[in-house]
Amino acid sequence: MKYIDDFRDPATAKALVERIRRDAGDAPVRLMEVCGTHTVAIARGGIRPLLSGAVTMLSGPGCPVCVTPDGYIDAAIALGRERGALLASFGDMLRVPGKSSSLEKEKGNGLEVRVVYSPLDAVALAAATPDREVVFLGVGFETTAPAIGGAIRTAAKRGVGNFSVLSSVRTIPEAMGVLAADPEVRIEGFLCPAHVTVVIGSDAYRPVARRYGIPCVVAGFEPLDILLGISMLLRQKREGVARVENEYSRVATSTGNRKAQDLIRDVFVPCDTGWRGIGVIRGSGLRIADRYASFDAEVKFDAPVVFAPEASACRCGDVLKGKILPVDCPLFGKACVPEEPYGPCMVSGEGTCAAFFKYGA
Amino acid sequence: MCLGVPAKILETGDGDAVVELGGVRREISVMLVDDVSAGDWVIVHAGFAIERLSEEEAERTLALFREIAESDAFRNP
Repeated sequence: MKYIDDFRDPATAKALVERIRRDAGDAPVRLMEVCGTHTVAIARGGIRPLLSGAVTMLSGPGCPVCVTPDGYIDAAIALGRERGALLASFGDMLRVPGKSSSLEKEKGNGLEVRVVYSPLDAVALAAATPDREVVFLGVGFETTAPAIGGAIRTAAKRGVGNFSVLSSVRTIPEAMGVLAADPEVRIEGFLCPAHVTVVIGSDAYRPVARRYGIPCVVAGFEPLDILLGISMLLRQKREGVARVENEYSRVATSTGNRKAQDLIRDVFVPCDTGWRGIGVIRGSGLRIADRYASFDAEVKFDAPVVFAPEASACRCGDVLKGKILPVDCPLFGKACVPEEPYGPCMVSGEGTCAAFFKYGA
Repeated sequence: MCLGVPAKILETGDGDAVVELGGVRREISVMLVDDVSAGDWVIVHAGFAIERLSEEEAERTLALFREIAESDAFRNP
């Protein structure tokens, strides 16, 4: 890709860091990156220490693996164990802890779990094994929702009746609203997720900017994208405005991908859903619409996912809300390390704790 | 999880396309984007092209970066 090096130019990065430091006030400005891919890019690029004293970057709940509740993992394991389903999943779900086990541990005990790259691969798997029910573990945000919806539509069109989805799809603006309203978090700007925005469009953040007076900037994932996004947030703060701006205009638009939105509206219906560590957020989930009920594993097997707040010493919930940094959790780096993760933020490669552990604070 | 990878379309079929991802040829769905053809750059996520990449907008952002680098260099020689 011819553009990669251009978006990593050290001289421009230096100029942006200086600009950010000039624009920051006396106390560090509290900004939140919502997306797990941003979290990793910020850690890998060493951006946090570069901006130390000027900007405090908080990491939000934008890693779908991290916010998937343990009840969901338990339900998936039960579908495999008790109903004989063949489970198909994105790879980073395997080590996420349920109440007493994980897919990886169960796989070691004989549970059939296949890692797939695309939900369409799960449909192909079902077509190739007509005597087995294939349940795809449909987790993700608006970026992934059209892919899951596309797989359901493809299965319907091709008559693949032994395919279903256990849906745990979430929408981000509702979660941003909850965090914006939380006085303990004190967010002064949102670095909005790039690829979620590709689907929903940057206009989707206007209610957050308007209602809570918090600047929102959509930024890409290269180091210069992130630094420019942060600089744009600080310029808004300096000017005393709160609007939505788009740094990632090479891919994302204000209105998003209409075809993807239509597909989401066709296959899913908004619902209340529980987020690990945060609780139930109204209207932040996507359940499968009744017209596709035969592809909804919860309906098909009459096995609803039950959400209950977690009871453990793990403080992933406070990390996901930006209330503490991973280093403030008593388990971080001791009882909880990437090889033996205690909480989901240490499990996923996009988790805040894993990023802090790997790249340092 | 929402990681999308830029990829160049090598050939297109009926709702599908072949791209090169990290040196590997892979079939993806293009049901979410209109009228893509060989040579177009798209962002691929979970086996689906979710949007095309605008060279014009990329150049616009890069021009802004050059402007920032030059103006700040002038300010801080």
